[in-house]
Amino acid sequence: MPATLQSNRDEPKLAVSCHAVTKTYGRGTAAVQALRGVDLEVRAGELLMLVGPSGCGKTTLISVIAGVLGRDAGDCVVSEHDYREMAELETTCFRGRNIGFVFQAFNLIPTLTAAENVAAPLIINGMKRHAAVHHAGEVLAKVGFDERMMRSFPQDLSGGQQQRVAIARAMVHDPRLIVCDEPTSALDSETGRMVMDLMRRVALGKDRALVVVTHDARIFEFADRIARMEDGRITKVENPPPRTNESSNGP
Amino acid sequence: MNFIALKMLVGDRAKYIGIIIGLTFASLLITQQSAIFVGIMTRTFSFLTDVGLPDMWVVDPQVQYIEDIKPLQDTQVLRVRGVAGVQWAVRMYKGGLKARLANGTFQTCVVIGLDDETLIGGPPEMLQGKLSDLRRSDGVIVDAVGARGKLARVLPNGQRVPLRVGDTLELNDHRAFVVGICRITQTFQANPVIYTTYSRATTFAPQERKLLSFVTAKAKSGEDPQTVCRRIERATGLKAYTRDEFKKLTFIYFLKYTGMPINFLTAVALGFLVGITIAGQTFYNFTLDNLRYFGTLKAMGATNRALLRMILLQALTVGAIGYGLGVGAASTWGILLSGRTQIAFRLPWQLLVISAAAVLFICLSSAALSIRKVMKLEPAVVFRS
Ligand SMILES: Nc1ncnc2c1ncn2[C@@H]1O[C@H](COP(=O)(O)OP(=O)(O)OP(=O)(O)O)[C@@H](O)[C@H]1O
Ligand SMILES: [Mg+2]
Repeated sequence: MPATLQSNRDEPKLAVSCHAVTKTYGRGTAAVQALRGVDLEVRAGELLMLVGPSGCGKTTLISVIAGVLGRDAGDCVVSEHDYREMAELETTCFRGRNIGFVFQAFNLIPTLTAAENVAAPLIINGMKRHAAVHHAGEVLAKVGFDERMMRSFPQDLSGGQQQRVAIARAMVHDPRLIVCDEPTSALDSETGRMVMDLMRRVALGKDRALVVVTHDARIFEFADRIARMEDGRITKVENPPPRTNESSNGP
Repeated sequence: MNFIALKMLVGDRAKYIGIIIGLTFASLLITQQSAIFVGIMTRTFSFLTDVGLPDMWVVDPQVQYIEDIKPLQDTQVLRVRGVAGVQWAVRMYKGGLKARLANGTFQTCVVIGLDDETLIGGPPEMLQGKLSDLRRSDGVIVDAVGARGKLARVLPNGQRVPLRVGDTLELNDHRAFVVGICRITQTFQANPVIYTTYSRATTFAPQERKLLSFVTAKAKSGEDPQTVCRRIERATGLKAYTRDEFKKLTFIYFLKYTGMPINFLTAVALGFLVGITIAGQTFYNFTLDNLRYFGTLKAMGATNRALLRMILLQALTVGAIGYGLGVGAASTWGILLSGRTQIAFRLPWQLLVISAAAVLFICLSSAALSIRKVMKLEPAVVFRS
């Protein structure tokens, strides 16, 4: 159980540590203060959900955490790397090695097969095509893909299958952190639960944390902790409701 | 990354083909039009190409190009012979004369009179008869295109009978006897070309004080023709050109004083513009369509440098294919047509390089817009729907 993961350690390792992070879009009268001093810690090996009303800054916050968006002020340390100390190129390479992404709209490249899509992060990190696609196949097998599905193009896959490809792509390079923005909102609730179940079982790991932004109360039970956000701040971090099919999620 | 870039490109069939069509069209137009231009321009000095033996041409200082004949005194040939470094120098006549055809009409012909003893400067290829047959009385050699075309006899039923060996012609009221048919490089003016000896040509020509058109000469082996030319100029007060200098003079004259370059430049510019607009626009749209995926790659750690290489690879791929197809189509067109017609078409390697450079320029400038867009792309866009 993730809750017991760090019980016998002196110092819990942190996957993410944000302190007083602020971010404003635009300037002058058009300025929107999206983050107004965010403090948040994500522990290694946990699945943290980020919930809150529309426009409260959830996407902005995970963008900062994932290193795709700069902050105005405050600290953000991810897997012991401080973004403040990294130049742009360094940040890009850091993302390539340590962060995985899952999007609401999947963002799979339509002209690549499932396996080639999953291979992309490895190729970006310099692996040769053949080895990368081979390794991608192994990870796709973990999310339940057979050989034929691996060779399919995204448009020939269902939404649930596409999101499974995206999950495989997010974890293929063994990142320390995976960020997911509304990964289930394009899916029906059955498929959404299946996807979350898969995330817990295969994507989460001892050294890998997941931050999942969601509106979807039906999947709250898959969280280890839930951080509530309101108007650019984290207002509360709480435990999730008890899980209904706990038995299938044993280690 | 390369295969991702290529699959991205090829996967979008419609745009991929659209870009290639644009580039093919551009390179076809650029190559074909400039090949015709070069073809026509080389015809302006094809006479110089055909007269292979001499390497120096001595003319009046006022002469601006090969067709611009300003006669010299007959004795100039002797003065040229006297210049150090000259191995030999001979006379040559070139002029336009009217031939009277069997049906009574007249046709202007180019008459070339070759040095009586050596016959230097004759046609490059004899089809019938021998060059030495010119020594027979009233002998002339007619070029095959002229013999088949403008000099052909037209029968009452409209049929054209080519001029043949044994036929006679009337040149400026003098009888001429056809002793041979030759092939020459197509000239710029489409008039028939008639070869004969210098002395006969000057009897055909209207009597004037000066009749010598050129003194053609050869430098002694070991002597630089250019140096000898300068020496001839100093000794005679005439102008002496090496063959290449004379070609260049002629070429430049046509470039400067005729409207031809403008027409061809317009066609080439059109090809260029069409290429830029069709291919450039479509390529840019292709990038815009894929912006979301470029953003995703960027978020996943692809550096700007890697994305730049992807776009360049895409642009160069369509460029190479479009160039290949365009140049291939232009050459095929040229080969097919120059076999059957008198079309001027010359495709030296320099032209291939020039059209490659034009296509490359089109590709790179199309890519530049796309690259700019992708470089400025914030990876955070991936989270926006
Ligand atoms: N690129 C941008 N330029 C200007 N304002 C922006 C930009 N992105 C987000 N905002 C604004 O910042 C605020 C926070 O946006 P954000 O997308 O982080 O919210 P969110 O919690 O993810 O909302 P949702 O649940 O609707 O996705 C909103 O008011 C939004 O309008
Ligand atoms: Mg959002």
